[in-house]
Amino acid sequence: MLGAYLPILVLVAIAVIFGLCSLVFSSLIGQKKPSVVKLAPYECGCEPVGSARERFSVKFYIIAMLFILFDIEAVFLYPWSVLFKRLGMFGVMEMGVFIVILFVGYIYVWKKGALEWE
Amino acid sequence: METFFFMIVAAVAVLASILVITCKNPINSALSLILTFFCLATLYVTLDAPFMAAIQVLVYAGAIMVLIVFVIMLLNVRTESGRRSSHSVLFGSLIGLFTLFQLFYLFNRSSLTGQKGTIDSALINKVGHTELIGKALYTDFLLPFEVTSILLLVAIIGAVVLTKKKI
Repeated sequence: MLGAYLPILVLVAIAVIFGLCSLVFSSLIGQKKPSVVKLAPYECGCEPVGSARERFSVKFYIIAMLFILFDIEAVFLYPWSVLFKRLGMFGVMEMGVFIVILFVGYIYVWKKGALEWE
Repeated sequence: METFFFMIVAAVAVLASILVITCKNPINSALSLILTFFCLATLYVTLDAPFMAAIQVLVYAGAIMVLIVFVIMLLNVRTESGRRSSHSVLFGSLIGLFTLFQLFYLFNRSSLTGQKGTIDSALINKVGHTELIGKALYTDFLLPFEVTSILLLVAIIGAVVLTKKKI
C-alpha cells in the first residue's frame, strides 16, 4: 500500500540531496575572493535604501487572506471532481449553489475595491 | 518496516516542533513549521488518508504558511533577544509535566479505541479515500457542505471589512 508513495519519497530525497549538495560543494570547492563590492547587499542592482525589515502594509495581508479563502473553496472542488460522473446533475446543482454563494463574496470583494492596489 | 518509518517521521516532527518554539528568528520558526506540516502529511499517508495528506500540504504548508509569513512581515517581528523570564519557564514546565502525566494516565487506564466505524483500511484501499470523503460530503452531509460556503462568505466579508480603510 505504502509502496505507491515511494516515488514521492524519492522526489523529496532528491530535492533534499540536491539542496544540500549545492550548498556543501559550493562552499567546499567554490572560490572565495570577497571584496567590499561583492559583499554589499543589492536589490536589482540598486543601492539598498534602509532595512528590508520594515512593517509591511496590511494590503498584502488582505490578498493572503482572500487567497486562503478561495483556496479552501478549491479544496472542496477536488473530491467533487473525482465523483463528478457518479453524482450527475445533482452534483452540478449542489456545487452550483456552493459556487454561487462564494461568487457573491467575490463580487463583494471586487466592488469594494479590495483587489485594487491603492 | 512501517513502525520504523513512523518512528523516523515522528522524530523529525517532534524535532521540528521544538525548533518552532526555540528559534530566535521568527522566519526560521515558520520554516520549521513547514517541516512539521510535511511530517504530519506523511503520517496521514501512513494512516490511509492520502487526500488529507494532499490537503495538509496544499492548505497548511501552502496557504496558511503564507498567512503566517505575512503576519511576521505585518507585525515586523524582530529576532528575539535576551532570555525568557524564569517564571514562564517554571510555569511552562509544570503545565507540560501535568499534560504528560495526564497522557500517560489516559494511555494506561482507559481504552482509547472507541467503537469501530464501518470505513476501514480495506474499504479505503478498494474504493479510494477521496471518493469516500466526496461521497460523505456531497450526499450525507449536503447541508453542512452548503453552510460551509456561507461560512467562507462571512470570512471573505470579514477580511474586507477588517483591512479596508474605507468601505
